[in-house]
Amino acid sequence: MTPRFVIASFLREADVLAGTRAARAAGYEVVDVYTPYAVHGLDQALGVRPSRLGVACFLFGLLGVAGALWLQVWTSAVDWPINVGGKPYDSLPAFIPVTFEICILFAGLGVVLTLFARAGLRPGRTPRAWAPGATDDRFVLVARLTSAVHDTARLTHLLRGHGAVDLAERIGEEER
Amino acid sequence: MSESGTRVAGGVEAGAVPRPPATAPPLTSELVAIPRSLADVTRDIARPLEGRPTALWYLGLLVSGTMLLAGLLAIGYQVMTGIGTWGLNPTVGWAFDITNFVFWIGIGHAGTLISAVLFLFRQRWRTSVNRSAEAMTIFAVMCAGLFPLIHMGRPWLAFWVGPYPNTRGPLWVNWRSPLLWDVFAISTYFLISLTFWFVGLVPDFATLRDRATGAVRRAVYGVLSLGWNGSTRTWHRYELVYLLLAGLATPLVFSVHTIVSFDFATSVIPGWHTTIFPPYFVAGAIFSGLSMVLTLMLVARKVMRLEAYITQRHVDAMCKLILGTGGIVALAYATEFFIAWYSGNPYERFVFMNRAMGPFAWAYWIMVTCNVVVPQLFWFRRIRGKVLAVFVLSLLINVGMWFERFVIIVTSLHRDFLPSSWATYRPTLIEILTLVGSFGLFFTLFLLFCRFLPVIAIGEVKGVLAHGAAKDGEA
Repeated sequence: MTPRFVIASFLREADVLAGTRAARAAGYEVVDVYTPYAVHGLDQALGVRPSRLGVACFLFGLLGVAGALWLQVWTSAVDWPINVGGKPYDSLPAFIPVTFEICILFAGLGVVLTLFARAGLRPGRTPRAWAPGATDDRFVLVARLTSAVHDTARLTHLLRGHGAVDLAERIGEEER
Repeated sequence: MSESGTRVAGGVEAGAVPRPPATAPPLTSELVAIPRSLADVTRDIARPLEGRPTALWYLGLLVSGTMLLAGLLAIGYQVMTGIGTWGLNPTVGWAFDITNFVFWIGIGHAGTLISAVLFLFRQRWRTSVNRSAEAMTIFAVMCAGLFPLIHMGRPWLAFWVGPYPNTRGPLWVNWRSPLLWDVFAISTYFLISLTFWFVGLVPDFATLRDRATGAVRRAVYGVLSLGWNGSTRTWHRYELVYLLLAGLATPLVFSVHTIVSFDFATSVIPGWHTTIFPPYFVAGAIFSGLSMVLTLMLVARKVMRLEAYITQRHVDAMCKLILGTGGIVALAYATEFFIAWYSGNPYERFVFMNRAMGPFAWAYWIMVTCNVVVPQLFWFRRIRGKVLAVFVLSLLINVGMWFERFVIIVTSLHRDFLPSSWATYRPTLIEILTLVGSFGLFFTLFLLFCRFLPVIAIGEVKGVLAHGAAKDGEA
């Protein structure tokens, strides 16, 4: 069946937190909540799984370390060894500062680019606006009703009870 | 809220449930002077961007633009003529240029301290100042980068410092040189600071995009906001990435000034060849940067009328941080002097006695007065409470920290091991104008930033407000 969405706007973070928990407890699927700032605890209320971006960051850092060490050793000891003040060609201690900097550079840029890719953030993307004000002062909850037993009226009543001020329903539209 | 194609989910009587007011009540927080609703915060911070700038802003731009122009003329002249236009001589081979480089890099460090280190320490007061402090970091690093570039004499060959396959062998760079480490440290620092700043700006760009009335504004902010819509799933990842970046930027900021200090510490010049340099330089950098943040904060607060967000509490906290880091700097001066005596090395002893009593004693005592004596005034709550006094003291510390680098560099060089090669140093007009130009560049960029970007992180202030409300048991 075509999916139906209920869109509820809240004015306070405590209300939207309680509303999200109640809707999920009642068996409705809360697709997402759009908020003007990061509301702490909302990710748990929504059941968002812990992000693995930390792993990505670590791997990019590792790549930076490996790449920087390889470049320094290869250029100083293999490709064209030059005697600088009698120091060994592969002067590992002297290679640490650059290795460290490249590690940070790769880890930082890599994790940000991964975030952009994973969250679909890119120039030219037109965001889906379910209700106005989510970047200003509103907390917009979007729930999807998937089965016929789900009742719009019951959900709107539930959300209104938790302080939702504007409620709307949309039928058969795409997500995002 | 219903549009065409949607229908209001009606048919349900709200019944006993009272309908909340259409707008949320204002929230209070000890970090924001007057109660503000979330919509008020957006409006207050977006106002300077949407209206016409004040006369004070135009005046500032005129002054800084003139300084920038003077600097550009001086740079043009020395690039055409050669760096023989500087007051250097065989004995004092490094002076004004590197002083300015170290000074500007140091200024940048407080921005990272405020945005990353205070974030990791959960210092919520940072929210009102972190955006402008990060902007300051980026502009200061740009100013700093200018000086090595000019020093090369042929700046169009600057790319030679990079390790790229070339037709000269390929002849690779010398990875054992602290000057090359500098190249990597400064460029990484610039790129990571820029990324950190941009990531922080994305949600605010979305707020501005959704408020924009003109098509151009909407398009520009639309591209910059990357299609941000405030999704909790994105916020969840975003918060983690912000934490990771803060965690990466913290060791980075310590490494950058450590490497800058290696430029000196790895040489054999008495006065430079000491192991105290890395922590001493890092502390000095943060100390000087904090005073510059304070200077700019007080200016932005006045010019952009943001007294409600940059409050007395912020000024107070900054003064205390300056007092703390100033203490570390004072301890470093004392330790350096003590070790010079305790080492028994006659050259070390001579350099330090010469600093305090030689021909550059005036510079040394300006440094001690501004960096050790002046910050002690911040012990008094009375003085911390007077904006004008704080402003003047912060300027004095900026002066003192510039002289610190000048003293370290010039006094260690001008009387070396052989008295027959002793010399003195005096900057030329070209060098002074280049310094003036770097200040012009810095303030021009800062004024443009105040005009076109939100000087306060809108999303973060809202989070702080809500946090305050939750603590009061309101929400």
